[in-house]
Amino acid sequence: MATYQLNVNGQSKKVDVDPGTPLLWVLREDLKMTGTKYGCGISACGACTVHVDGIATRSCVVPVSLIGNRKITTIEAIAQDPVGRVVQDAWVEKDVVQCGYCQSGQIMSAVALLKATPKPTDQNIEESMGGNLCRCATYVRIREAIKSASQQL
Amino acid sequence: MLSNSRFFIRTLLIGLGFTATLIVMTSSAAIEGIHHKLNSGANRVDGLAAWEQVYSVLISPRCINCHTATNYPQQGDDRHRHFANVVRGGHEGKGVPALKCVGCHQEVNADSTGVPGGPNWHLAPLSMKWQDTNDRPLSSAAVCRAVTDRSRNHNMDGRALLRHNEEDKLVLWGWNPGRRPDGTMRTLPPLTHAEFVNATRTWVEAGTPCPRGR
Repeated sequence: MATYQLNVNGQSKKVDVDPGTPLLWVLREDLKMTGTKYGCGISACGACTVHVDGIATRSCVVPVSLIGNRKITTIEAIAQDPVGRVVQDAWVEKDVVQCGYCQSGQIMSAVALLKATPKPTDQNIEESMGGNLCRCATYVRIREAIKSASQQL
Repeated sequence: MLSNSRFFIRTLLIGLGFTATLIVMTSSAAIEGIHHKLNSGANRVDGLAAWEQVYSVLISPRCINCHTATNYPQQGDDRHRHFANVVRGGHEGKGVPALKCVGCHQEVNADSTGVPGGPNWHLAPLSMKWQDTNDRPLSSAAVCRAVTDRSRNHNMDGRALLRHNEEDKLVLWGWNPGRRPDGTMRTLPPLTHAEFVNATRTWVEAGTPCPRGR
């Protein structure tokens, strides 16, 4: 076990965990922030996506020991970000969500995309969002919501 | 009469000495030339043999998986397409905004989760592709041409290539590739890193010769 001081959503959080513990489990089990979801556990589905220093990161495969001082942003705080707010509003407007399980990861990826590319093409959306799976196949509405959000940026 | 004879003998001796010196100099230059020629021939043969050793490493999965000719990296010893629809991204080969290499691949291997990592994780540029678009490794001659073409290799001469193979952190990662998700160690290239560097040095000292052919 080791002690880590993490910067999560602008707050300093102290955790005492095994160094190899994936960040996802620290967020969900130790910090009780369950908005970030466990999907596949091998970074193949994107449900666990958070931002680490602004980079969309698969928290299920990144050990907490490798986070260091970098800033972690989770779905719980994304609405405090101007782009995050616009994306969440677009998600509501387009009624994107069906079962909702993958959607926190989808939103985190969409925010990362729009921050880097405010006016994405269809190809930009396909490539950036291609790693986020949705069993309800809400892909069409996800694309509509991203385009809608991009018009606000 | 006597002085004339002396003059004649002196001139003759000087002439003979000069001729002898000329003969010795010419012969030694010729011998040196032959020796040099033999050496160059041996170096090229040695260099080509060393290149084949270097090539055996370059086409091993730990190296060639990120030297693709396509829009995606590969993974595993079977060199399958990288999962999660990962794509190359721009010229830098670091992925796309929401799907960057570093979103999973950290600065070091993550052995607890089985994700490999190293500094500046990225795909090699298309100019450094060592495969065709059907994911088949290019021939030894074609890879050698790519590696030695300074318009494609970031302007590296032989010495820079040696330094790259000796010190580059992603090259070094090939010999410290970490554990797979199932906990087993990833396979290593066919040579040790020291053998790889020695082979590169021999090849570079021979003038980076490339095999003929396609």
